[in-house]
Amino acid sequence: MMKRALIPALLAPAILGSLVQAQAGRDYISMVGSSTVYPFATTVAEQFGKAGKFKTPKVESTGTGGGFKLFCSGVGAQFPDISNASRAIKSSERDQCAKAGVKDIAEVKIGYDGIAVANSKKGPLFKLTRKELYLALAKQVPDPTNTQNLIANPYKTWKEINKALPADKIEVLGPPPTSGTRDAFVELVLQDGCNSFSWIKSLKDVDEGRYNKVCNTIREDGAYIDAGENDNLIVQKLDSNAKALGIFGYSFLEENQSHIQGSFIDGVAPTFENIASMKYPVSRPLYFYVKTAHVGVIPGIQEYVNEFTSDRAMGGEGYLANKGLVPQPAAEIAKVRKAVANLKK
Amino acid sequence: MNKAEQTRARVEAGLKRRYAAERRFRAYGLGAVLLGLAFVVLLFSTLVSQGWSAFRQAYVTLDVQYDAAIIDPEGTRDTATLSTADYAALVRASLKARFPEAQSRQETKALYALVSSSAAQAVQARILGDPSRIGGHERLTFLANDRVDQLLKGRIDRNLDEDSRSLTDQQVGWIDALAADGALSLHFNKGFFTQGDSREPEQAGVWGAVVGSLFTLGVTLLLSFPIGVSAAIYLEEFARRGKWTDLIEVNINNLAAVPSIVFGLLGLAVFLNFFGMPRSAPLVGGIVLTLLTLPTIIIASRAALKAVPPSIREAALGMGASRIQMVMHHVFPLAMPGILTGTIIGMARALGETAPLLMIGMVAFIVDVPKGLSDPATVLPVQVYLWADSAERAFVERTSAAILVLLAFLIVMNAAAVYLRNRFERRW
Repeated sequence: MMKRALIPALLAPAILGSLVQAQAGRDYISMVGSSTVYPFATTVAEQFGKAGKFKTPKVESTGTGGGFKLFCSGVGAQFPDISNASRAIKSSERDQCAKAGVKDIAEVKIGYDGIAVANSKKGPLFKLTRKELYLALAKQVPDPTNTQNLIANPYKTWKEINKALPADKIEVLGPPPTSGTRDAFVELVLQDGCNSFSWIKSLKDVDEGRYNKVCNTIREDGAYIDAGENDNLIVQKLDSNAKALGIFGYSFLEENQSHIQGSFIDGVAPTFENIASMKYPVSRPLYFYVKTAHVGVIPGIQEYVNEFTSDRAMGGEGYLANKGLVPQPAAEIAKVRKAVANLKK
Repeated sequence: MNKAEQTRARVEAGLKRRYAAERRFRAYGLGAVLLGLAFVVLLFSTLVSQGWSAFRQAYVTLDVQYDAAIIDPEGTRDTATLSTADYAALVRASLKARFPEAQSRQETKALYALVSSSAAQAVQARILGDPSRIGGHERLTFLANDRVDQLLKGRIDRNLDEDSRSLTDQQVGWIDALAADGALSLHFNKGFFTQGDSREPEQAGVWGAVVGSLFTLGVTLLLSFPIGVSAAIYLEEFARRGKWTDLIEVNINNLAAVPSIVFGLLGLAVFLNFFGMPRSAPLVGGIVLTLLTLPTIIIASRAALKAVPPSIREAALGMGASRIQMVMHHVFPLAMPGILTGTIIGMARALGETAPLLMIGMVAFIVDVPKGLSDPATVLPVQVYLWADSAERAFVERTSAAILVLLAFLIVMNAAAVYLRNRFERRW
């Protein structure tokens, strides 16, 4: 009896194996890429699916770099149609795309994302400059006695950097090196703070390797705490440690404004209006990239792009603004929309 | 003092210390158990206290006018017109009728934000279900927006000043007015158990992930059980001991300890890139998890087979049974409880995996509940991970609730393991 029961069981792998075939077509859009763009792409995907004409697109959260790697693997139904990115595509990534036959890529700028430096409302409100953040977080900083000389970061408290700041220990929770948010923070804050020392700035032309090492390296002596990719976790930790600062996306600040306050940077508060008007210095553009060879092959790509670039989605009053995306000025939106109105060549 | 007395004196001198050591050891053991239990209780109580509220959801009841001028101005009643009509406008109109004091653009926007965006679909379903309703009116119950829900559950503090909370004073006033009428209340959240993922917390459900998990685990079970058990039977009962079987055994034991992400990379390279199987499909997920559970099942099955006393084998062979009869009729049935336990432990591990699924595209936002093995799908732990990463506060309770569903899944599986073991267990 046992034997007879075992035979079909043994056949199961064979049956399953025969089910496997090359994926012929695909009737839904496949997207990959940045976890920062993920909440916005998924919102549009859901709206798009609910309209009922096309299936709801699938959105994978792989990170910007990982997304481009998949996106640039080739043309065909098994490869993604759209890659979301929290930075512009690099030329090396374009090369990789071209090598796999992905020649035409359309870039769509969707809006901005502010990066907030925030702390618990139980603590004092910080008013920082980018130079102060650089001095607080870089691994090597100019010697306070002789600014031509670099030394390992000696600052232990905020007060040592600026007398107006509290005498608390420097303790900043932020994303790990794999994160796009951290890349953007380094580029927008540390490099800018770095450039306020003219000799380091001029280093860029002479010895770029050294410049990058000086300006892009975050200290590792415990003042900067790698708190993982999950921004919610950073927010929770701020809540329990009133002395710590955290670095995360603006939408998390907006959702948690009842107990978290955003620090002023260069005298500007991280508010929706300030990011939209580009007054707030730490904000970056967000994008998605479309493989034009797939338009017309995979159903719905053009329509999805139209939905995303419509005023009701990424406009100033659109539903993406409710999700924390900081919209572009109306003129720019019109330009973006015009550029992608007809992707099929 | 003679030798015996000396020994005795030494033993007696040490006796107290030995008893004390034993008592200490027992206390340590008990302490370890209690500490473990305390952590379990802590975990469960946090999850339940945070997640319980997600099983109830705020619903708002409104009187909706099925205005023919908005739905079907030309009176054609054809499906194309009816399915593209602006149903959100009907919901907005009914809110406006309830609170006419909202005048400015900002105020009306705040008012419309009280109801979930799914309300338009609910109205559409009513009209498409029976177009003769056009022109009439009806009281309909819609999902409230997640912030309204959070306020009712006390997770948004109404005593904070306006700037510090995500609802304005005016919105709170409207919410209180609706609640006072009985038009806004908490009910059992059926959608959480019947819907797929959504960006709007109030519409998000676990059913898509549960179905994805079932499909994935189904494939895993179908593949790993027969392959694992046959491998174990062959290695234990038929294979000649030698260098080769030793090598295989070492490799299987090594595989059991390989980090799971490695299996995901293998799946990406072999199943997706080489065989061209679809991304994000439960079929591929199941195959990858099979690789992960196979070593566990083989090791557990071999241990179970080894535990069957040799006398059973000798008796069977002595009665003239062939080797295969001996295994199939006697050894395998007796080893079954152990094999099943090992399989279920392996499946429980597969249920909790996310890392290998990341590489094959199952960490994804998928709204539609999967219908087959090659539809894009996600699984429960991935759903937990994706929600935990979302900014909206209302996803916090949903994350905990999804963990509770996952734990319920695990408890059922482990209970099945215990039941099967007790049912089939034989002592000799």
